[in-house]
Amino acid sequence: MEIPYTISTRPDTGLWNAKIGIWLFLASEVMLFGGLFSAYIFLRIDSAPGMWPHGLLNVPVGTFNTCILIMSSVTVVLAWASLKMRRYRAYWWYMLATILCGIIFLVVKLAYEWPQKYDHFGIYIKPEALGKYEQYLGNAYAAEKELPPRLEITGHLHNRAALSDPNIKEYEVALDPLNADPTNPSMDRPHFFPLPVTDKIATIEKKDVERATMFLPTHNAYFASYFTITGLHGLHVLAGVLVFIYMWLPVSKKLYQRSPEHLANRVEVSGLFWHFVDLIWIFVFPLFYLL
Amino acid sequence: MNNPPDVAQDSKEYEEYAHGVQKHVRGYLIVGATLLAFTMITVALSYVDFGAILSSLFHTNLSATQGRKANIAVALLVAMFKAGLVAAIFMHLAAEKRLIYRILIFTGFFVLGLFWLTLLAWYDYPIFR
Repeated sequence: MEIPYTISTRPDTGLWNAKIGIWLFLASEVMLFGGLFSAYIFLRIDSAPGMWPHGLLNVPVGTFNTCILIMSSVTVVLAWASLKMRRYRAYWWYMLATILCGIIFLVVKLAYEWPQKYDHFGIYIKPEALGKYEQYLGNAYAAEKELPPRLEITGHLHNRAALSDPNIKEYEVALDPLNADPTNPSMDRPHFFPLPVTDKIATIEKKDVERATMFLPTHNAYFASYFTITGLHGLHVLAGVLVFIYMWLPVSKKLYQRSPEHLANRVEVSGLFWHFVDLIWIFVFPLFYLL
Repeated sequence: MNNPPDVAQDSKEYEEYAHGVQKHVRGYLIVGATLLAFTMITVALSYVDFGAILSSLFHTNLSATQGRKANIAVALLVAMFKAGLVAAIFMHLAAEKRLIYRILIFTGFFVLGLFWLTLLAWYDYPIFR
């Protein structure tokens, strides 16, 4: 049985069917991400002063990934336009470029950005012990400058065994620049290029620690929402890449030879999905990286 | 965008249509370049302390938290502009069929309702500001 209205428009809607289908799907996606963004807003306005971290993500890498995603949006629309003009060769190259952009985005995310988080350590100090670690926190200085209080010491954990061994009574942490030099005014605001961990080692007793984990979703509300939203977004990128690979393989060339307009419509529909994924990232990037 | 005149195999008619698509390509490239430029702009703006600028403009003294809110507003305005460009040009919403607009008005209503609930929570709960 032939599927109706893949190319020709349905008289009552004025559209071919897949186009309505994808827009209904995108409408449901708006609600899905809308729910997650609402959760983000809730968690953020509900966080106590000093509990929402700033400047923890790598801004140059995030900017690079944003540009990659925007460029892939351009190449996919050019791929579609090439099909409309019946230039299969150009379509093939633009599609390849789109797929490569999607893969680069995922590799940067999964092989670089996320693992960096798994390797970074953060310790929330108990309120009553904050004074003891004033040399790393600089709360007197922060209060004077009307900055939010600093409750966390971050850096690279030296004695990883301390995470699992209850006999080890303290964490040894190579400090991040903020905690190594908390009263330096250049640390008041996040930096564009992330500063490396310093050589300065702090010893923090476990009895003074409220909680201490790697930068995992369990670390705080910020990382919980970061991993949830970027993770779901990453799944969307993966799905888009898989669909594009199918449309780029020889099997789609057969469809092109039989009915070029059908392939063009398929590319338009998957392109709409891809632009939506790009559109979500346009909001994710400032919310998590910049603000 | 409309489908090509597929039934009539009139080559002249098809050429005209292909020429129309060709004209769009230039627009897509310009939009792509604009989006890249505004990505850089939004990164640059996030390092501008709008709290300090507003404080000196209006002779007040905004705290760091209040200043951050100004930065959030600026960043979200830029993001909305970029998202609007993607939707209008890449997703062809600048000229679409009426049914799709209807679907989207419906969606917009519900998603705004969702964010409105978040706003209600602001007044509902002893939260930190």
